[in-house]
Amino acid sequence: MSDIAFVRKEIAPMAPPPLAVGGILGWMRKNLFSGWFNIAMTVMSLALIALILPPLLRFFFFDAVWAGDSREACLGASGACWPFIKAKFGQLVYGFYPIAERWRPDIVFALGAILLAGLLIPRVPFKRWNSILFFGVFPIVALIFLGGGNFSLNQFIIGRIIPLAAMLQGAELFGLTLSFWLDFVVSSVLITAVAYFVANALGADGRFAARAAAALLIGLGAVLLTLDFDFGLVPVETRQWGGLLVTLVVSVTGIVTSLPLGILLALGRRSHLPIVRVFSVCFIEFWRGVPLITVLFFATYMLPLFLPGGLTIDGLLRALIGVALFSAAYMAEVVRGGLQAIPKGQTEAANALGLGYWQTMNKVVMPQALALVIPGIVGNFIGLFKDTTLVLIVALFDLLGQIRAAFSDPSWATPTTLFTGFAFAGVVYFIFCFGMSRYSMFVERRTSAGRRR
Amino acid sequence: MTRMWKVAIAAAALTFPALPASAAGTLDQVKSKGFIQCGVSQGIIGYSAPNDKGEWSGFDVDYCRALAAAIFNDPNKVKFTPLSTKDRFTALQSGEVDILSRNTTWTLDRDTKLGLNFVGTTYYDGQGFMVKKSMKINSALELSGASVCTQTGTTTELNLADYFRNNKMKYEVVAFATVDETIKAYESGRCDVLTTDASQLYSTRLKLASPDDHVILPEIISKEPLGPVVRHGDDQWFDIAKWTFFAMLDAEELGVSSKNVEEMKKSTNPEIRRLLGVEGSLGEGLGLTNDWIVRIVSKVGNYGEVFDRNLGAGSKLKIDRGYNRLWTKGGIQYAPPVR
Repeated sequence: MSDIAFVRKEIAPMAPPPLAVGGILGWMRKNLFSGWFNIAMTVMSLALIALILPPLLRFFFFDAVWAGDSREACLGASGACWPFIKAKFGQLVYGFYPIAERWRPDIVFALGAILLAGLLIPRVPFKRWNSILFFGVFPIVALIFLGGGNFSLNQFIIGRIIPLAAMLQGAELFGLTLSFWLDFVVSSVLITAVAYFVANALGADGRFAARAAAALLIGLGAVLLTLDFDFGLVPVETRQWGGLLVTLVVSVTGIVTSLPLGILLALGRRSHLPIVRVFSVCFIEFWRGVPLITVLFFATYMLPLFLPGGLTIDGLLRALIGVALFSAAYMAEVVRGGLQAIPKGQTEAANALGLGYWQTMNKVVMPQALALVIPGIVGNFIGLFKDTTLVLIVALFDLLGQIRAAFSDPSWATPTTLFTGFAFAGVVYFIFCFGMSRYSMFVERRTSAGRRR
Repeated sequence: MTRMWKVAIAAAALTFPALPASAAGTLDQVKSKGFIQCGVSQGIIGYSAPNDKGEWSGFDVDYCRALAAAIFNDPNKVKFTPLSTKDRFTALQSGEVDILSRNTTWTLDRDTKLGLNFVGTTYYDGQGFMVKKSMKINSALELSGASVCTQTGTTTELNLADYFRNNKMKYEVVAFATVDETIKAYESGRCDVLTTDASQLYSTRLKLASPDDHVILPEIISKEPLGPVVRHGDDQWFDIAKWTFFAMLDAEELGVSSKNVEEMKKSTNPEIRRLLGVEGSLGEGLGLTNDWIVRIVSKVGNYGEVFDRNLGAGSKLKIDRGYNRLWTKGGIQYAPPVR
């Protein structure tokens, strides 16, 4: 007999944590009901959700009309009139783009999406080629597909002095204006020769100058040749573009051009060269001091009053230039904020290693500065994306403009048409802006990997 | 010395090309472009709006199409620039558009100070009243004691006060800042009557939950003559714009429509023969062809057809023609004769 009553031979099985700590209840207790303030907040939030969500769901789904082909289908309903969106969908995406030609924007959308996905997803290889394609080739391809190409080029340089066009009487070959190309070749040879002699005279390497000039001109010639070539596409003028197409064209152009321009302006503003600095400051302050609406209005309605009679610039192009310059000024200030956060020691260290200005900026300062201001940059992008709706005032119909125009179609006038249209626009804008925002968070996590603890 | 001056002036003239507004005649410019650039609204029911196929349609749009038919024999040789109320005159003055057809009210101020010419009154609009059918009211004079929904700070409010005072009727104003609020208030029963321009009342009615329960009273208490506008300084273009409108009215008056225009050419009525260019050479005097009215009527229609299709009984709006009836039928639409 032993007087030991009980000895545990093995470790007791682990008991589950008390209900109040683990599991869903525990999580709720910790996060939602941990104190009187927290409880009040939770209750208020729930009440808010209960207040907003049911009417929203009713409007979007339960009370909505899903089928029909005229306003009669939606007259009695209190929910969204989705057949209206369905009937206008083509217009909301392409605007007044001819229906038979809508495969062209489709191709541009698809091409842009593929190239952009290649750029955005880190694992996809060939980043260098991909970016050359996206930033260099894609805009030209898009321009030709959307506009139809076959631009009629008139004079290059010599043609302005000698009336070549009149001499050749506008002869064309595959849509190429012969007088222009004769002009281009002769002018290019002359420019190359001038570059050679001037460089030689200044004691520099004449061969190098001539080769650089020739390379530039050949590049320019290749671009112009593609634009002038007749691919047999029906021309579609920009006035007929509209809807999401215009929203994307304006915002993508603005986004893509504003970042490099903004970086240059930010560097210019911090430069030690007085002319560069003064120019940058003036540029930035001018564009930041003028509202975008004024810029667009001026570019569209006042510019024609000042331009000489025959010269017209395409309306969309005018808006594009306005938006790009405007957003570049804002971007410059965001980037400058990043530059100021980089300690001077970084630049000094780079200088001590023998790096030049551009190398310092390119390899040391910019990668750190840009990573710091990603939220600001993306905030600008999102703002720009939404600001594109302002092009409505210069008679360009973006997505929102197209929806507003659709409201006044008598065959769809119902009590809910207005709300349906705006709800749809809201959803579309949200998808784009939320996408940008999420991607920026992903990039932030990637670029700040070294600083994370 | 004088010769040198001449050369200098010629050189100066070459380096400073004329402003687009005063350049070669608008008709010539339009002909060389191959289309008319027409300023329309950014969407007003019945007047100018894109349809399901993405084509502009409406009463104001059809006027521009008639102009294109008269010049090019093709109602589609016209491009539309959608303009807001703020930028419409700037666009016309700067030459962005050749003609503005955007339900614009003709006033002395606009006709003179802005350097514009009003082509005519294509639509006599004015302030009207909408009431619920259940009130069983047939005339605005029975509105004594009613509460009226209107927008604050507009001429609408002043007209309303004048009208009720002149007719010694009592009323109560319920005013709101925006159009939408005003309509909502009327719909929810905050007031008995909604007042604004009649054309707007009809399009508002279309957007109500049960349009058939509301009526628009026949009284029009203010003058809002709407019409197309051209720039000062080009009389030929002004004439063409004016007579395109008159021709549509005259065609209706003489019973010439898109359906019978070919038969009407054989008519013995001298007025119809002149109208359709069978006799005389009136069209050439305008800088067009003699069959210009045949082109307008066959491609677009006469005034009555255009009204009916976009605003009247043949449309969703079902606007009563009222003052826009021909003078021969009790309205005030009256066009000078083609002769």
